Amino acid sequence: MFEHYGIGIIKGLSVTLRNLFRIPVTTQYPEQRLTPSRRTRGNELIWNQQRCTGCGTCAKTCPQGSIDIVTSVKVEENKYRVEKFEVDMGYCIFCGLCVEACPYDAIFLGCSFERSCYRRGELVLAKEGLLESAERRPSGYAHPEVAAELPAQSLLLDKDKGKRS
Amino acid sequence: MAMAMLPPDWPGNFWAHWAIFTVIILAFVLLSVMAFIWFERRAMAIMQSRLGPNRAGPFGLFQPVADSLKVMLKEDIVPSRADKLIHWLAPVVAFAPVMMVFAVVPFRGGALLVDLNVGVLYVVAISSVTTMGIFMAGWASNNKYSLLGAMRQVASVVSYEIPVVLSLVGVVLLAGSLSLQQIVQAQEIPFILVQPLGFLLFFIGALAEINRAPFDLMEADSELVAGFHIEYSGMKFALFYLVEYAEALVVAAIVTTLFLGGWRGPLLPDWLWFLLKVGAVFFVIVWVRTTVPRVRIDQLMAFAWKCLFPLALINLLVTAVEILVWPDVSLWLLVPVNFAVMIVLVLLWSKLFKLGWGRVNV
Repeated sequence: MFEHYGIGIIKGLSVTLRNLFRIPVTTQYPEQRLTPSRRTRGNELIWNQQRCTGCGTCAKTCPQGSIDIVTSVKVEENKYRVEKFEVDMGYCIFCGLCVEACPYDAIFLGCSFERSCYRRGELVLAKEGLLESAERRPSGYAHPEVAAELPAQSLLLDKDKGKRS
Repeated sequence: MAMAMLPPDWPGNFWAHWAIFTVIILAFVLLSVMAFIWFERRAMAIMQSRLGPNRAGPFGLFQPVADSLKVMLKEDIVPSRADKLIHWLAPVVAFAPVMMVFAVVPFRGGALLVDLNVGVLYVVAISSVTTMGIFMAGWASNNKYSLLGAMRQVASVVSYEIPVVLSLVGVVLLAGSLSLQQIVQAQEIPFILVQPLGFLLFFIGALAEINRAPFDLMEADSELVAGFHIEYSGMKFALFYLVEYAEALVVAAIVTTLFLGGWRGPLLPDWLWFLLKVGAVFFVIVWVRTTVPRVRIDQLMAFAWKCLFPLALINLLVTAVEILVWPDVSLWLLVPVNFAVMIVLVLLWSKLFKLGWGRVNV
C-alpha cells in the first residue's frame, strides 16, 4: 500500500545494510583459488602415452584440425609408433570431441585455467608437454570415473563459512 | 569570546588561541578526510559484496596515504587553451571556504576557533563560496563536459540552498541563537527529535549541495566523464578530491552540531562523542550513496522546488507557530507533534513523486 511513499528507498537501504554483515563473495585470486567444477574443460589437453595406440581418431574428430599426429608402423609388434603428437592449443576450442572420440581413453581435458603465455609458439604442445603431472591433472569431462576422484567444486555460497580478510 | 568551558590553563592570548586551533582544524580535516576516504571505499565495497582496498597496510588502512603520494607525484597538466590563472586559482578558491567553516564548529564545549554570534549564517554563507571555485574550474578548463558539470553544480546549489537554509531556521528558532556553541547548549534533547522534518530536509539538501550520490550529477561518470575536474591532474586534482570529502565532513559536523546535540552525550568524553557522531553521519552519507541511483537533472530541480522548498516553508511555519503558542512548553511535548507533522507531510508530498514520473510517452 505504501509503495509510492518512500518505502522503496527504505527497502533499498535495508538491503545494503544487510550486505554489510555478510561475507563478501570476492575471491582474492592469486592467494585464494576456487576449485573448478569436476567436469571442467580447462585450457589444456592431457595425453596418456601408454594408452595411446596412434589410431589418430582424435585428429580426425578435431573440428579445428589442431591435433597433428604422425605414426610409423612397428612391424614386429604389429603396432603403431607415435612419432609426433602435437596439439596447437591456440586453435583448440575446448569442444572435447577428441576426448569423447578416443577409443582407448588416452586423451583428457585438464583442470587448469591459468595456462596463458607470452608467445603463440608456446601454445603448441608436443608429446612430453602433454603428459599428466601434478600441475596438469585430468578433469572429469566425459570421464565420470575421473570425476569421482576429484575434489568438489567450491561454491561462492560456501564463502559464508570463510572469514573476512 | 565565550571561553567559559575551556580548561583554566588554556593560553588566553588571542594569537596563541588562533595558532592552536588553526593547527587543530587543519589536522582534523586532513586526517578525517583520509579516514573518510578509506572508510567510504571499505564500507561501500562491503555493502556491494566486494572487499575494497586491502593491500596497503592492515585492512588497507594506508591506501589513502598511497593515493595521496601518487597524486602528488603526478604531472600537473594544464590544457593549452585553458584560462591559466583561473585554472590555477580554482582549487584554492574551492578549498579555502571549506576549511573556514570549521572555525565555528565546536569540537567540545568552548573548543572552537571563534564563537561567532552569527555562526549558522556564517556557515551557510561561507560554504556556498566553494561553488564559485568549482564553477571557475569548469569555466577555465575550456572543456564542454567540465562546463556542463559546473553549470549543474551552480544550478543545484542555487536551488538547494533555499530549503537548506529554511530548514536550519527551525533549529535557530528553537535554540534562540545563531551561535553553534549556544545551539549545542540549548539541545536538552537532540534537535533531530524536535525537528525531524527539518533534519530530513537539511540532510537531503546538503547531500545535493555537496554533490554526493544520489545528486552527484555534476561529476556523473557515465555522462560527463568526471565533470568539472576532468582537466585537472596532480595536486590540483587532489585538492578537489579533498574538497569533496571535506564538504562531506562539513555536512557531518553541521548535522552533528545542529541536530544530534554536538559534543553532548553521557559517559564518554565530549570530543569523542563529537567524533563518533560525525562518523555516524558520514556512514549514513556513504550508505545512501551505495543504495540510491543517481537522479536526472530535471528530477533534481523538481525535487528541490516542488518538494523540499514547500516542505521547508511549512516546517518553518509549524515551528514558529509552536514557539509562539507554547513558549514555555517542554521540548518533549513537541517531539510527537513534529513527528506526526513530518509523516503527514512526507506522505502527502510523496504522492507527487512516483515511479515513471516525468516519462514522456510518444
